[in-house]
Amino acid sequence: MAEIRTETMTVNMGPQHPSTHGVLRLVLELDGEVIQSVMPTIGYLHTGIEKTAEQKKWQQVIPLVERMDYLAAQSNSLAYALSVEKLLGLEMPKRVNDIRVLIAELQRLASHLIWLGTHAMEIGAVSMLFYAIRERELLLNINELIAGFRFFPSYIRIGGLREDLPRGFHETVNEFLDRFPTKMDEFERLLTKNDIFRRRTEGVGVVTLENAYQWGLVGPIARAAGSDYDVRKYFPYCGYETYDFTVPTATEGDVYARYRVRITEMRQSINLCRQAIARISPTGVWACDDTRVVPPPKDKVYTEMEALIQHFLIYSQGFTVPVGDAYVPVEGPRGEHGCYIVSDGSNRPWRVKMRAPSFMAIQALPSLVQGGLIADLVAVIGSNDVVMGDCDR
Amino acid sequence: MEASAIIDILQPLVPGAVFEPGRSVDFATMYVPADRLVETCRALRDTPALDFKVLTEVTAADYLPREPRYEVIYHLLSVSKRLRLRVKVRVPSDGSLPTVQGVWRGAGWPEREVWDMFGIVFDDHGDLRRLLMPEDWEGHPARKDYPVQIRKVTQTYEPLEVSEEEFRANIERDRVKRAH
Repeated sequence: MAEIRTETMTVNMGPQHPSTHGVLRLVLELDGEVIQSVMPTIGYLHTGIEKTAEQKKWQQVIPLVERMDYLAAQSNSLAYALSVEKLLGLEMPKRVNDIRVLIAELQRLASHLIWLGTHAMEIGAVSMLFYAIRERELLLNINELIAGFRFFPSYIRIGGLREDLPRGFHETVNEFLDRFPTKMDEFERLLTKNDIFRRRTEGVGVVTLENAYQWGLVGPIARAAGSDYDVRKYFPYCGYETYDFTVPTATEGDVYARYRVRITEMRQSINLCRQAIARISPTGVWACDDTRVVPPPKDKVYTEMEALIQHFLIYSQGFTVPVGDAYVPVEGPRGEHGCYIVSDGSNRPWRVKMRAPSFMAIQALPSLVQGGLIADLVAVIGSNDVVMGDCDR
Repeated sequence: MEASAIIDILQPLVPGAVFEPGRSVDFATMYVPADRLVETCRALRDTPALDFKVLTEVTAADYLPREPRYEVIYHLLSVSKRLRLRVKVRVPSDGSLPTVQGVWRGAGWPEREVWDMFGIVFDDHGDLRRLLMPEDWEGHPARKDYPVQIRKVTQTYEPLEVSEEEFRANIERDRVKRAH
């Protein structure tokens, strides 16, 4: 009788797989159901945005960086705008900062809703996706209201915002903020104490704080492992230090802990949005008063020669940024989102580099799933909340 | 904390190394010589007064036609001390620098990306393969002398030419790397 052969099986997962959040390819080495090793392959969505940005004028880069992390577009543009403003030495008026906080938090909610829907769907709660997408639709409507664009509004500009808030903005946001907490309760009733969901997530994909830091994971993944690092608290930007909010943490470091951290984060975001919308007056300044960067108002362009010249200069030559480099991190939905820019003093960036949280999360993926079951891999990918556009750029 | 204060702490720990504070508008920046990089990084991580436990990213900038041509930039974060530091290493056009994977494990992919994009070699990296670009790509796209718009015949319809031996060797290599 022939001997029983024992050898591992190599399986290819992706790049076209519903639970890889885009085009992530994993080469799995399996011993039965147990994962022996994982080799992630990325780059399928590499579009060379950083190289393209070097050919564009400073202001033209905003729509480009928004297309990196396409689920958290305005987190990218906020990081980029803050970096350029740092080099230019610009200070934003308080109203601009408050609107940016509101936009960043709404963006976090939108991104977390996609995470919640897809993560739950991948481990069996399919209906969750429809509920989450339905609420996200309202957030996209808000984007459409402020900029006429649902996914990539490019509303945050260097030097402030594109234009003033539209009529009916406060009503729309308040309507959403009134409606959303009850929906959150609904989501939690479906999942938080759901026995199947907890059995699929508790004790799965555990990462310790030590390992999270070793792999460069900062954000919800580290916070679920006991870290309290949140850029909004540690290195405040846009006046976050004047807001009253807490940073949710957990200590287990497993998929369920990451779920709880993100859910609580969403509730904190609602809280932040309420505070921000209460501070924002319906009309007022929407940009700083630096005429080098901010185009003059349209009525002046039509009536004053200097304003027309300034308008023409900004849209034809752009503006120059002093020589140097800057890195300003923001707390994106997936963790620390930072933009490193280098200027050679011209009207185009010398280098733009986005610090991508998904990139680090995918790098650390093998250490999270090795020795686990193949079914858990899907839960771990979902809980890491990776976006391939962010990873590949 | 200013760069000079950090250098004062580091200097006795890495004797003989020449650190140079850099100009910056946001947080401390210092230049580190490539041959003392790993020692310096280890000191930055292990000194309790600094405690730079997190390497948030590694990137590079190409300053063609200046020589040394490249700067490799490490962004460090100290959560306990609420500090950030930018470590820069000047690399000449044919130079290389050591990997810091031994200090922060998460440096592996960012260094691979820098090699992929700029062609800067990290000694003893162990896995310096293409990361974002296709495996058969020629050149390093983020270099300033690399053309912006080029057409390249797509080869994705051809099967990836990896023999079974190579494939098994890859798996074996990953298993060995996992052990540490």
